[in-house]
Amino acid sequence: MLPPIAWYLTLTGVIALGSIFWIVAAGASHKAPPVSVQTARIRRLCTWALGLLAFPITLASLSYAPLVTEAAIPAGTESVEVVGHQWFWELSQTQVPAGELIEFKVTSADVNHGFAIYDPESRLIAQTQAMPGYTNSLQVRFEEPGTYKILCLEYCGLVHHGMSSTIEVIHSQHAAN
Amino acid sequence: MTIHARQDTGVAPLPELSTVVSSISRDSPRPLIWAYLAVSGAVFVLMMLLGVLMRMAQGGSIVLPPEWFYRVMTLHGVGMVGISGLAGASIMWHFASRHLDLSPKILATNLVLFLAGVLLLFGPVLISGYAAGWTFLYPLPRLSGGVWSQTAAAVHLTGLLLVGVGFLLLHLDVARAIFAKYGSLGRALGWPQLFGRSTEEPPPAAVVASTMVLIVNVLGLVSGAGILVMSIVNLLVPNFEIDALLAKNMIFFFGHVFINATIYMSVIAVYEILPVYAKRPWKVSRVFLAAWTASTVMVVIVYPHHLLMDLAMPAWTRVLGQVVSYASGLPVLLVTAFGGLTLMYRSGVRWDTAASLLFLSLFGWSAGVIPAVIDGTLAMNRVLHNTQWVPGHFHFYLLLGLVSMVFGFMYFSIRQARDGTDNLWDRCAFWGFTIGALGVVLTFLAAGRVGVPRRFAVHLPEWATYSTVGAWFGVVVALAASIFVARFVARLRAPA
Ligand code: HEM
Ligand SMILES: [Cu+2]
Ligand SMILES: [Cu+2]
Repeated sequence: MLPPIAWYLTLTGVIALGSIFWIVAAGASHKAPPVSVQTARIRRLCTWALGLLAFPITLASLSYAPLVTEAAIPAGTESVEVVGHQWFWELSQTQVPAGELIEFKVTSADVNHGFAIYDPESRLIAQTQAMPGYTNSLQVRFEEPGTYKILCLEYCGLVHHGMSSTIEVIHSQHAAN
Repeated sequence: MTIHARQDTGVAPLPELSTVVSSISRDSPRPLIWAYLAVSGAVFVLMMLLGVLMRMAQGGSIVLPPEWFYRVMTLHGVGMVGISGLAGASIMWHFASRHLDLSPKILATNLVLFLAGVLLLFGPVLISGYAAGWTFLYPLPRLSGGVWSQTAAAVHLTGLLLVGVGFLLLHLDVARAIFAKYGSLGRALGWPQLFGRSTEEPPPAAVVASTMVLIVNVLGLVSGAGILVMSIVNLLVPNFEIDALLAKNMIFFFGHVFINATIYMSVIAVYEILPVYAKRPWKVSRVFLAAWTASTVMVVIVYPHHLLMDLAMPAWTRVLGQVVSYASGLPVLLVTAFGGLTLMYRSGVRWDTAASLLFLSLFGWSAGVIPAVIDGTLAMNRVLHNTQWVPGHFHFYLLLGLVSMVFGFMYFSIRQARDGTDNLWDRCAFWGFTIGALGVVLTFLAAGRVGVPRRFAVHLPEWATYSTVGAWFGVVVALAASIFVARFVARLRAPA
């Protein structure tokens, strides 16, 4: 859902900005006195508009931000240990239930890797870095059962592109009941 | 309050273009600047061809074995970043030297160190298979999985260090000249005019920008040199371990600052040259000064936006990364892009290739901010980070922004020195460049939208179209850039 939003926002912005540049460029060969008073006013308006827009956007987007800390994870959350190696993934289990919060504890045995999960439709749904000496905790709730793919999203050498694995997401007990 | 530009910038008051051009030919670049530009042009074209090679390989139209793909990727990354720095430095030096007593010896030293560094950088890649990427992320240079040797890594990193030392010297020389003339960095940033009641003329734009760049780049280069030395020691003495998260912070701080600085140096060309065409001054107003001071701070503190997916980083750094990413887009948009638009608006300009490229660069820089700011949003970063969305946004402001600034400067300065009018070749090259670059960038962004990972030697068949179409747009860009360079060299060889 998010990547298409990113794409259309970008397209809209680029086309709008491009049109402004185009119009100014096309009209620039005509000569008129400088318009410093109006432009100062327009700029002030733009500044206020962008500033006022930035607040709600920042607040709203931060509320979707993956900022959950270790302490906030409910007790009893199922966890999967993930270790990145040149060039394969080691997972403590490869089956998890749908609809429940899963915590991936991600680290690396050698260089930096990127632990990224793609859904059965090949959409990237979540990621974190896999670092030697650190454990990154990634929380994911899989909505749909199916085969999810894992790719490496941090360049780690010769077989970086081939470092893939899968996770089976199955109907959960709760859902079955 | 508006403060007018200094008279000695050569931009105000402004007579007809032809007389302007001849009257500021005292500022015609010195031979060393020509050398910088010739090297930059040639390397840009060469590296673009490597970019096309990668894109074709990803699309499957040519076969490039992974070990070669990643070598090419390392060369393209380090070559492009390095040459952007060199080209930016030539622009900064050329304009700053109108106001500051800079040392040509240091300028020459930087070029020599750069070229020597490039030999050390490229040798291990071409000969010994080194391919840890331009970001040399610890501990990849040491742990290659048996692909390259520690020696190859050590030589490559030493090359980087050499290039960095050259730039450090250059910025320190600018600092020396600024202290000599203005007494402090604050005065050179126009703080008495910005914060105080000083009615003195503020420093010219080139000085303000050079000061900002010197502050951020010295910090960045020191951090970069620090982690390079640590990495080299680690290669020689494996017991000397480095904390991987510290290494990552130091590397991304350096990388982020350095690549940003290349643009902040090159944009001086826009401030200095577009006014000649508009026959209006680019005013160093309070807003302008405020924007540059704000950028100085923000470029330094925003780098955690590269670490948003490092969940081990304290949460506040990641929130800061997002918030400052939003804020840091504003000075660019509201001061430089807006300033350029109002400068040219109904100015009676006669567009030639130089003016067109410089105007295009403002579009490229500010439009590139849009996908960048989106990627700097935590929730978005989770599904865009390290996909081709990232090369999508940085090629936007590097290719359409920075590269246009450099070629714009090239066209203007050669025209100033040698005269001659633009012809059909120049016009075709300009449009080819614009359309080709947009194609390269949009195909990256479109691939990022569907989650195509960046830095993959081998792509899935369903991703091939983005790569192949992108590659052909890349061919057009490379052709256009070759024309720019060929025209520059041809004019340079013509008698003055
Ligand atoms: C014809 C123009 C160009 C083409 C076709 C091109 C193509 C590419 C490709 C295919 C990649 C790898 C993408 C991936 O991660 O999958 C790349 C990466 C990159 N490019 Fe370009 N590029 C071009 C121009 C430029 C310019 C002008 C610059 C800088 C001024 C630049 C800087 C970079 C950097 C820094 C990387 C990252 C390398 C890495 O991930 O280690 N490129 N480019
Ligand atoms: Cu990898
Ligand atoms: Cu950055």
